[in-house]
Amino acid sequence: MIKISSLAHVYEKGRSLRFPCWEIADMEQWLLLGASGSGKSTLLNIISGLLEPSQGEVLINGTDLYTLPARGRDRFRGRHIGIIFQRPHLIRSLDVLENLALAAVMAGLPIDHERNLSLLHDLGIAELAKNYPDQLSQGQLQRVSVARALVNKPDLLIADEPTSSLDDENANQVIQLLTTQAKDNGAALIIATHDRRVRDHITKTYLL
Amino acid sequence: MNIFKISSKNLIRNKLTTILNIILVAFGVGILSILFLASTQISSKLEKNAKDIDLVVGAKGSPLQLILSSVYHIDYPTGNIPAKDAYKLMQNPMVKRAVPLALGDNYNGYRIVGTDSTFSNLYGLSIQKGSFWHQDLEVTLGSTVALTSGLRIGDLFFGAHGLTGNGDVHKQHAYQVKGILKPQGNITDNLILTNIGSVYKMHEEKHVEGHSHVSAEEAKEINDKQITALLIQYKSPMSVILFPRMVNQSTNMQAASPAMESARLFSLIGVGIDTLQWFAIFIMGIAALSIFISLYNAMKERKYDLAIMRCLGASKSKLFFLVMFEGVLVTFIGSCLGLLIGHVALEVIGANQESAQAKLTGLTAIPQEIYLIWIGLFIGALASLIPAMQIYKVDIAETLTKNR
Repeated sequence: MIKISSLAHVYEKGRSLRFPCWEIADMEQWLLLGASGSGKSTLLNIISGLLEPSQGEVLINGTDLYTLPARGRDRFRGRHIGIIFQRPHLIRSLDVLENLALAAVMAGLPIDHERNLSLLHDLGIAELAKNYPDQLSQGQLQRVSVARALVNKPDLLIADEPTSSLDDENANQVIQLLTTQAKDNGAALIIATHDRRVRDHITKTYLL
Repeated sequence: MNIFKISSKNLIRNKLTTILNIILVAFGVGILSILFLASTQISSKLEKNAKDIDLVVGAKGSPLQLILSSVYHIDYPTGNIPAKDAYKLMQNPMVKRAVPLALGDNYNGYRIVGTDSTFSNLYGLSIQKGSFWHQDLEVTLGSTVALTSGLRIGDLFFGAHGLTGNGDVHKQHAYQVKGILKPQGNITDNLILTNIGSVYKMHEEKHVEGHSHVSAEEAKEINDKQITALLIQYKSPMSVILFPRMVNQSTNMQAASPAMESARLFSLIGVGIDTLQWFAIFIMGIAALSIFISLYNAMKERKYDLAIMRCLGASKSKLFFLVMFEGVLVTFIGSCLGLLIGHVALEVIGANQESAQAKLTGLTAIPQEIYLIWIGLFIGALASLIPAMQIYKVDIAETLTKNR
């Protein structure tokens, strides 16, 4: 269960943002909606433990994220939160399968190659396992980064505009995969988006 | 998949930079290891060959030349000394052992040394095959001579006049191989030993043949019986001061101490070694700078990679270690390669060396070489320290949200 309360963030330039309280029960799927510049990415960064808020707290499964030491927070994020960015960032010196394995290694978990391969298979990119990021299209890269977010069976899956760079078919497949995989893994799902194609799949919304 | 693999994958991705850095480190370490190895080998050779020889008495001239010619068998002798004066010195009560040497001929560049049984006692020689020389024109070969010339016991060969080259061969008399020495690991491996009489005979014969160019001096040399030098071992260390002075002042000969002369020689070589050493250190410095610059520049691009790894749960210290490891890995590979280059180069130098007497080899290692690897690791760590510190400054959220 995820809970944020009395959260506020002050930007370097002085602009400040307040976020309404938000409770997400286990395995709930939410859309995070808001005009661009309304702080969607900021909120996602705060929830994923990447950006310390000026005030307020983030509770994930009873753990207050920002009372953990920096190192513990990194580890917690690695094991409990899967993140899909707007741009698919993969390590370019590693191939697809190695990029997935990296997620486990960085979180200090054992590598499960079979699971990684089946994830790639579910995303329809099994044949790209040995390819390097430079050889993949934007859509394929995005699907790899979805797979990477799922590698450690996270409790919470966070996606920041995951479908913005994909065509209808790919977008549908990715949303399907996000929702079904989130369910299968017992993970809650937050998708920040303005993409209409996503809105049809998820009903709960949090508006900024 | 571990830090080692991630680092090496990244290094492979930037092949050219990595190769450049490795080569720079390898050259620096290579030059240093050649210097280390060569100077250790030369000094140990000098020491080994001069072992138990306290003093050399020979004709007046350069003392260094006297030592080089009669102890290390490298240079030309300073001249000859009258045999009767030499024998008088040999009877001196301060002398424990005196070894007469008659030089002048060679076979394929290996020196033929006329001496007596005291020589084998001085160097502790023992026979591998056959026997020591007994009569005129019988020789015993050093192990290297036997190996490279292919001469076997009973074989005959002609010596050539002079200390190198086959120009003026003494065709009148052939030496006969009587025995082959066990490898001694010193200069005697490269010598052909015979008695003094054989050397006289060679030159007498030449005289009798009536070569028109034989000078009066050469004829006198034979008539008065001269030898080239005398290797002397003292009875007591007290003689170190008295004996050389006595020789230098009261006779027409000079005395030179191998210890002092090889120290002098080494101080002369030392200037060159120092220069090369600084040159190598300079190259290592450039290597460190190059590694620093390439890592630092790469950080701009790698910021994304490192931010992703943070997102995936890696701590800052882990990534700090990752970047450090890359620099250290490069210098480690470079150092190992450098040692390899050093040894191979020295072996090649040794193989192409003309003087068999001071042959260098790359097949031995010395403990100091471990330091070279440590220095390499240290330089790698130093060069990657500042780039690695960048890890602590990177704002992950901002890096990943911004477009590339």
